[in-house]
Amino acid sequence: MSRLKTKEEYQKTKAYRFFHWYSGEKDPYLDKVEMHPQPEKPKEELTIEERMHDRQIVIDKVYDFDKNKNMKLFNRFYAIASIIFCIIFITILLIAVSYLPRAGSAMNPNNNEVSKRYIENGLQETGAVNIVTGMILNYRGFDTFGETCVLFIATSCVMILLMVNEEKLKDSIELNDRRYEPKNDVILQKVAFVLVPIIFIFGIYVILNGHLSPGGGFSGGAMIGAGMILYVSAFGFKKTQKFFNENTYKVVKVSALTLYGVLMIYYFYTGANGIDNHIPLGTPGNILSSGMILPINIFVGSEVACTMYAFYALFRRGGL
Amino acid sequence: MDFVQNFPCFSIVLSMFASIFSSALNGKHAKWLNTAVLIIISIMSGCLLFYLIGTGQSYVYMMGRFPAPWGNEIRAGILEALMALFFCVIMLLSLLGGESHIKAEVDPEKVNLYYIMINLLLSSLLALIYTNDLFTAYVFVEINTISACGLIMIRQTGRTIEAATRYMIMSLLGSGLLLMGLCMLYDMTGHLLMSNIKASIEVIVAEGTYTVPLLVTIGIICVALAIKSALYPFHSWLPDAYGYSTVSSAAILSSLVSKGYIFLLIKIFYRVIGFDIICNSKVINILFVFGLAGMIMGSLNAIRENDIRRMIAFSSVAQIGYIYMGFGLGTEFGILASVFHIISHAATKSLLFIAAIGLTDVSGKKRQFINLTGAGYRNKVAGFAFTIGSLSMVGIPMFSGFVSKLLFAQAAVQTHNKMLPTLIVLAVSTVLNAIYFMKTVIRIYTPIETEYPTIPFQKCKVYGITLICFIVLNVILGMCSQPIVDLIRSGLNMFA
Repeated sequence: MSRLKTKEEYQKTKAYRFFHWYSGEKDPYLDKVEMHPQPEKPKEELTIEERMHDRQIVIDKVYDFDKNKNMKLFNRFYAIASIIFCIIFITILLIAVSYLPRAGSAMNPNNNEVSKRYIENGLQETGAVNIVTGMILNYRGFDTFGETCVLFIATSCVMILLMVNEEKLKDSIELNDRRYEPKNDVILQKVAFVLVPIIFIFGIYVILNGHLSPGGGFSGGAMIGAGMILYVSAFGFKKTQKFFNENTYKVVKVSALTLYGVLMIYYFYTGANGIDNHIPLGTPGNILSSGMILPINIFVGSEVACTMYAFYALFRRGGL
Repeated sequence: MDFVQNFPCFSIVLSMFASIFSSALNGKHAKWLNTAVLIIISIMSGCLLFYLIGTGQSYVYMMGRFPAPWGNEIRAGILEALMALFFCVIMLLSLLGGESHIKAEVDPEKVNLYYIMINLLLSSLLALIYTNDLFTAYVFVEINTISACGLIMIRQTGRTIEAATRYMIMSLLGSGLLLMGLCMLYDMTGHLLMSNIKASIEVIVAEGTYTVPLLVTIGIICVALAIKSALYPFHSWLPDAYGYSTVSSAAILSSLVSKGYIFLLIKIFYRVIGFDIICNSKVINILFVFGLAGMIMGSLNAIRENDIRRMIAFSSVAQIGYIYMGFGLGTEFGILASVFHIISHAATKSLLFIAAIGLTDVSGKKRQFINLTGAGYRNKVAGFAFTIGSLSMVGIPMFSGFVSKLLFAQAAVQTHNKMLPTLIVLAVSTVLNAIYFMKTVIRIYTPIETEYPTIPFQKCKVYGITLICFIVLNVILGMCSQPIVDLIRSGLNMFA
């Protein structure tokens, strides 16, 4: 080596400083550059504006009726065409209805042997003093079973849309929903304290007397459901969950529908195959009478009550 | 009464039970329960079909202790049993083929809700097939509507929610019109049982009273069921509903739900109003025109589409048009061709949906045609199945679509004034079908080097086997069509 440098000289060279910095022993900016935390850029609003920009253009150009002549024409055409269509349709229906027999006349085609048998023999054949209940639960039991399944499937559909699985999220949804409502309202709680038991008892009465007096499973169940909704809005979900939570709901719903289905299949099978009915009809007028109508009313009632409450709870907090 | 005769009632109630139990089970068990129920009901319907072929007579089954005009009853004949068997098989295959997508696209906590919908849909379809009472039909139409809506929105994206809303609005409009029609029928005849209404309507027509309301009623009921089964001008809910829902739902909706309503319409034609009265009313000509328009417009829309699922959906509009065109011919043979087309279209369309999903899976889940290039090499079973389905749709001999087109043409020749338009539109529609289906087939067999993975048969066994079953079904329908046509004919004779 012809040109050896001493250590001091070498330390002054750029190469030494570079390798020194490169190996990480020295921070070149330390004590030389003033450091501040970076100020946050007001980026959010810009991006929102940018995002809205395209949309605004669409709104301005496409939906601005002053500039977009086609849209204007279409909207006007649409409004006029729909009005004309509705008028024509209403006219056709009115003309058709005017040819139909007048309501309430004794000569009408629907006063035939069907309703005659319901009215004259309904009591003996079904054991129900309330002919309507006897008709829907006994004569046309299959339709009513289908109708109960409509309620069941409606709850399932709402569950698909609104059900939330995490408990925390449910609480936050509920809080968000009730932000502007008074919590633990004393007036509501006192009124609910008096009213809820009465509503429950009346609902149970209507269900149990479905074969004796107007009412039945559908109306009684709706009452009980309304009572539960009142209780929930007064006392909150925490208290309600002590006696009616998701598991209770499942058990009540599944057992009511299953027992209803079992009764129905027994009824269909024995009826169609000419096997004797082993469910006694009892004396008409007694509470324990009319064969399978009483249990069916109870099952329908609990299903309807569950459905009503489930709808409310699902819309309120995404779960029971 | 033989034990076999209980099977229609058992199969309806069994599927209802399955849906009730599914709400208490988790997703996996619900799936097994559903599969078991479908297999059991298929076997029961098969037994019933053999029994009915043996006796050669339809029978009514009392649902309860009271005979018909007072209580409920259902009725089973050869056509009903055949349809029930066929619907169960198609539903089973569609669910098996889309199983992995249900797992991926549905929230795991909500899978059991999906099977609740499927089971109730099945029960309502069976009830629509077997019912002998118009009000029972209406109740189960309701169940059918709600469960179909659930099937669409179970995959929760913006598009499916929008599609479900659209479907709900249109479908409820249809339900409302149907209910209105039923009310007017009840007002005129005083009955809800199909055979009693038919007897009263014969008297009404002979006496000449109520001509106007009867015509309006026929019109309303036809429009109601046409909206629900997406006949051409009422098809706006269809492409989104079939295009974006999870694939099993799309297959079931296109091949079963709309067909259930069409079957109900056939039932109303034959068993409620009477075929001669329907043919003499002018309503049938309107169905004929809409059917023809649907055949052309559905295909044109499908050609313009750049998304394979939506293309298949628009093809459904065209095929529904064929079915209504068969009604519009106003002959027994036309109805026969329509019923055969219901079967053949159900088998082919579910095959196409299931095969298309396999092709999009090997193209990075993208559905545009540009991405699908060469997909037939990457998933060989799906490519092959899609080709078979396309050939069947176009109407190549050996596959089911050919037979139904042949039947339509034969039916057209037997009429005097509708022959020419039918044959011309049939030919045009076949060419249009060929344009968009063959375009897709050529596209998926164009070799190209991509980064997308290849899926061998071993990795998707259930899916592959399902597709093979579909292909076999299609070929059977195409090659051994005569026994099925004979069955349909004897079933239709039992209707009258």
